[in-house]
Order: sequence, then structure tokens, then C-alpha cells
Amino acid sequence: MSTTIILTIACLGVLGLLFSVVLYLVAQKFKVEEDPRIEQVESILPGANCGGCGQAGCHAFAENVVKAPSIGSLFCPVGGNAVMSKIAAALGQEAVEKEPMAAVVRCHGTFDNRERVNHFDGYSSCKVMSALYAGDTDCRYGCLGEGDCEDACQFDAIHIDPKRGVPEVDVDKCTACGACVRSCPKGIIELRPKGPKNRKVYVSCMNRDKGAVTRKACIVGCIGCGKCAKVCPFGAITVENNLAYIDFTKCKLCRKCYDECPTKAIWAVNFPIRLPKSATEPHTEPKVEQPVEENKEA
Amino acid sequence: MKTFKIGGVHPNDNKLTADSLIEVFPVLETAYISMAQHLGAPAKPVVEKGDKVKVGQVIGEPAGFISGYVHSSVSGTVKAVELMPDLAGNPVMHVVIEVEGDEWCEEIDRTPDIKRDIPYSSEEIIEKIKNGGIVGLGGAAFPTHVKLNPPKDKKAEFLILNGSECEPYVTADDRIMRERPEEILIGAVIMMKALNVTQAFVGIEVNKPQAIAAMKKAAADYPQIKIVVLKKKYPQGGEKQLIDAITGRRVPSMGLPIDVGVVVQNVGTSLAVYEAVQKNQPLIESAVTVTGHCVTEQRNFLLRVGTPFSRILDAVGGLPKDAAKFISGGPMMGKAVANIDASTLKGTSAFLLMTEEETKRKQESNCIRCAKCVEACPMGLEPYLLNKLCRAGNKYDELEKEKIYDCIECGCCLYTCPANIPLLDIIRMGKADVMKIIRNRPKK
Repeated sequence: MSTTIILTIACLGVLGLLFSVVLYLVAQKFKVEEDPRIEQVESILPGANCGGCGQAGCHAFAENVVKAPSIGSLFCPVGGNAVMSKIAAALGQEAVEKEPMAAVVRCHGTFDNRERVNHFDGYSSCKVMSALYAGDTDCRYGCLGEGDCEDACQFDAIHIDPKRGVPEVDVDKCTACGACVRSCPKGIIELRPKGPKNRKVYVSCMNRDKGAVTRKACIVGCIGCGKCAKVCPFGAITVENNLAYIDFTKCKLCRKCYDECPTKAIWAVNFPIRLPKSATEPHTEPKVEQPVEENKEA
Repeated sequence: MKTFKIGGVHPNDNKLTADSLIEVFPVLETAYISMAQHLGAPAKPVVEKGDKVKVGQVIGEPAGFISGYVHSSVSGTVKAVELMPDLAGNPVMHVVIEVEGDEWCEEIDRTPDIKRDIPYSSEEIIEKIKNGGIVGLGGAAFPTHVKLNPPKDKKAEFLILNGSECEPYVTADDRIMRERPEEILIGAVIMMKALNVTQAFVGIEVNKPQAIAAMKKAAADYPQIKIVVLKKKYPQGGEKQLIDAITGRRVPSMGLPIDVGVVVQNVGTSLAVYEAVQKNQPLIESAVTVTGHCVTEQRNFLLRVGTPFSRILDAVGGLPKDAAKFISGGPMMGKAVANIDASTLKGTSAFLLMTEEETKRKQESNCIRCAKCVEACPMGLEPYLLNKLCRAGNKYDELEKEKIYDCIECGCCLYTCPANIPLLDIIRMGKADVMKIIRNRPKK
């Protein structure tokens, strides 16, 4: 009885030793030399594998950043400047500061601003809806409100407000990975700089129809009047196909366009409430809801 | 009785208007004629504001190989040539004509006599069909002259006329087969001459006994045309299913009916071909069924192209109180009308009104792997699997391997699913993505 046990243990022990030697030899023979810095960089990265940097994932980013002659060409939008400076230190290079970005939803066609003319009862997806027809309002450029951006976001940073029917971005959570930008079939979402104290000025409309058509569909639509382009002292605004666009590289956040816009399609968010300059120059109240006070978005 | 071999469902046929005659719908004061009446490139408008047009005059010219002529369906003055939303709300070029009288072009023969002899050659027939702006009236509105002009290396053996009308509610084809059977058969003879084939079949489902009787009676004089009675099963009217039912041949994956030597045309198209070739009348009017349980007076109309849907309602007792959904076409493959002011097209076969109760989608639950959808799919696909892969978002290779491109979007899977999964919506989305990838591939 005891001999069987001893024999079994001995056999298995010898086999185990044999295999371990073989495995060791094979591992030595086919060893892949990897730069130890790749692992080091990967441990610094957030590890979300979101693809926001344009690479296949965090490992691919680490590989490329180690290989690249300078790290300036690559940027992790999720980690931002903090992570990039750590990576630069690990690689013994100079960090390149980049302005932090955040997603901006360029449509304010809420239930109040934009009348719903039909009801979509199909599968709740913007992609399915936009493949079938123009949408449930008279504006065929605007937000469909089915929440493909919400589903795409890995960081819980964008949500459809059920009371408003359009998405809102939580700037603190947004990492500018661009997943929502790619998921939106109408191409409404754009990455813009977060701005000082999260202040930004942008045209919150994508409607390229003629002014009269836009006005009928939505009360905060851009009618392409061009007043903003005329008033802008920095030449940051262009009007193309009846739609204004503010170039954020030129915009200095002076808010002249915001004051001028007749439909309030231009939004200025997170600015303090402005007081009238003097008694002789009375401040005119905007007709529609004041985004400065109410908008919690940014 | 013949039918196709795999899949299919049996929806309640609801042919409410089967016994009402096709009535001529009055010409309204304004016609809105879309330039996108056919599959392929929209026509290019050739009239300007202020021009006087007659019924049957060309107002749009083809803008590509797969495109077609568009003719004025009314006489009067062109009020505008502008972009207007179509039934899905997307902008399409329309010619708006203010109606003055009803003056037809001189060459159109409006006498009711039936012209039987065909003195034209194959090329002349195809040219006349092209000039008549004939498109397939079975649903897809594919330009007929392209279909009758197969590539040189492929030879047609049969012509099949599709009179199965498997869509519930719709009775337009049933009515024209009862009322104008001989004209349809002459249209078939014309197309047979154009294709140089000697045998034709007309497939009719068994739920239209009067149409079968009328067509059989008329076909006694045309030995080369055979009437085939088919079992009632949806989607019998899909061309691949109809070919399977009548000839037993299977169209290969990604292939066209001409690959198995068959050309399929709708009976309505055949009637339009007769009118274009023998009477010089372009396609400016078609039979349209206006139906639905909530409609007070369900009727069949002969409707001029370019009549707004909203105005059709006036003729059937106004908008029903409980109507919640408007559908252009039948309930299975028709398109929801998002813009009720949009106008009818050449290919419009029905205008169906449904109540909220009839159309409401039930709460979706999890797939229980019952395989009812697999059993129902007439193309032999596995809808439950396609659904899973489409929802994953990036499994395009696997979708292609599962032949998602073969889906004919008939909706059998969605109809039969006990878990109420919106299979068709999701598969259609995935199919569009896969088709885009296939189209963008460099050609070998």
C-alpha cells in the first residue's frame, strides 16, 4: 500500500521536474525582450482602454510613447496634463502642456424650445432613428434624444436629461475621449477647450436650413444672420450654410456675439451675471431663458 | 398549391377593400411632384417657375444610369421648384404645380379600347418604357427599363408577374387584376418581347379567388402566360420567394433574379408598361388602397402622383379620431409617414391608418432561444444571432459571415418573436453598416 503511494509521488515528482526544466528552456529560448519602460508607463496610464488617444488601448499607447522620439505627438486625454507630466518624468523628457478639452453638445432643442411633431416608437437608439427618418421635430439636424452618447460614455459624464430631452455633459467627469462624438449620428457633439473656470462661448445649433425654416422648428436655432461674425473683434466666427461657428483657437470669450445673437443660439456658460454698465446704458433682458444663470451644464 | 420552401409567417390578411371598385380620385388644386420617385439618383428638374405644363409632360430627367423620367400628373403652371420634406422628413426636390383644367399631351391615347398588336422591336419597347418613367410598383420603385435590360452575359428564361400581394390590408393589385386583366397580360407580352423570352408566369395567392378567375379567363387567349395559384404566406411577394415558389430555383446569396434566368415584375408595373407602350401614357397615376380598421370609408383610388396624404383623408371621411400611425404601404414593409403633408409617389400602393392599440410595441424581454425567428426567416438567416452581433457594435466580420446582407427586411422575425425583441430595427442598422463596409471595399 505504502509503496504505491511512494511510487506515485516519486513518478509525479520526476515528471514535474522534467516539465519544469523543459518549460524553463523554452521560456529562455523564446523570450520576448520588452522595454521595461513600457510597463512603467502603462502603470501610470488610467487603464480605461477608451481609445480616446487614437491608439488601440493603454498598452499600445505606452508602446508608442516609449518608441516615439518626443512625447509631444501623443496625448492621453483621460489622464490629461497630470498623467502626461508623470510619463514625461519617467521617460526623462519635457512634458508638453495641452489645454484640457470637454465634450460640448451643440443643440438646445429641448422640449420647450423645439416642438415635437411626431412620436418615435421604434428601438430606442439615435442610430436606428436617424436611419429611418429625419427625426421627431421639424429640425433634421438636431439632437434625437435617444441617448447613444450616454451609452457610449465610459465615464458616466453625459446624460440625457429626461425633462429637457437633450444630453448634458458633466465637465468634471468628461475626459474628452471622444466616444460620444463618434456615436452621435447627427454629429452634434464637439470637443472644445474646457476654458478658464469652465467658461466657454459656442454656437449651440447645427441647423443649416434657411433662417425662416429654422425659426419655425426651434426658437433657439441659429438662423445664419451673421450678426455675430460682424461684431466679433477677433474674426473667430464664420457663417457657412446658414450656420455660425466659433473657432475656439481665436475666441477670447468677450461675449459680444452672445449679446448680439437674436435667437440666443450662442451660449455663454459659467460666466458671472453681468450688471448694467451705467444708468444711461440700460441692459436689455434676453427674451429667452438666460443660459448664464440656469445652465448647469458646464 | 405552390409556395416558397423556407420560413414565412401568416399574418391576418385584413383585405377590407377587396370588394370596392377603384375610383378615380379628383385632381386637387395643387400637385407636389417629388423628383425622387425611383430607386437611384433623383431626377433633375427641367421646368422652371412660371412654365406651363400638360398632363404627361416631362418635368424631370434621369440623372444617372439607375434613375428615371418624371412626368407631370396634372396640367397647369409651375409654382415652385424647391426642396420640400418627403414622408420621412428629409428634403427632396419637388416641382409644385398649380392645377388649371385637365389638359393632356396630344400623343396620349385616352380611349378605353384595348390595343393588342405590338408593332415594336425590343429596343423600341425599352426606350418607350424608359420615356414613360416606369418604375417597379411592388415597393422598391426600381426603374423598369434597367431591369428589362439585363447584362449581355446573362440570359432571361422566364418572366414572372407578381400578383401575390402578400401584404395585409393592401388590395390595389387585387383590384387591377379583377378590373383590367387583359391589359396586364398584354403588358406581360410586351415585356416578354423586350426580354426575348417565351414563357411567363403570374403568381397569385389563393386568397384572391376573383382575381385568379379574371386572370385565368383573360389568359385563355395567351397560351404563353400561365397563372399559378400560390398558398397564402407572407412574404410570398418578395421576388426571391416568388421565384422559389414558382420555379423552384434559388437566387444565390448577393445575387439577382437574372442570375437564375428570371425577371420579376409587379402586375401594376405590367399595367403601366401596357399604358406606356400601347397608349403613350407615362406613369402618372397608380392604384392606391386607403384602409385601416379606424377609417370610416376604406376605398381603392386611382390616384395622380403628387397628391398630399393629408388630402386623401378628406375623401375617406376625414381623419379618424383614434388614428395614431400613418403608413405608406402595407403594415409589414410599409414606411411610417412622419410628414403627413408629403405627397404620394409612383410606387405608393397603400395608405394605411392604424390606432395606437394596433401599433403599440410591447415591452421587450430577454431572448429565450426558442428559434421562432429562425423558423420564420424566409432567407434562412438566424435573426437572434444577428441581433446579438449587431448590438455588440463592432462584430462586422461575423455579421458578414452570417450573411446579414441577405436580409430582405420583411419583418417576419419581429412579427413572430414572443419576447418582443425589435429584431428588424437592430438587424437593419447592422445591415446598413455592413453594406457600407462592403461597398467601400476596393473592387478586385
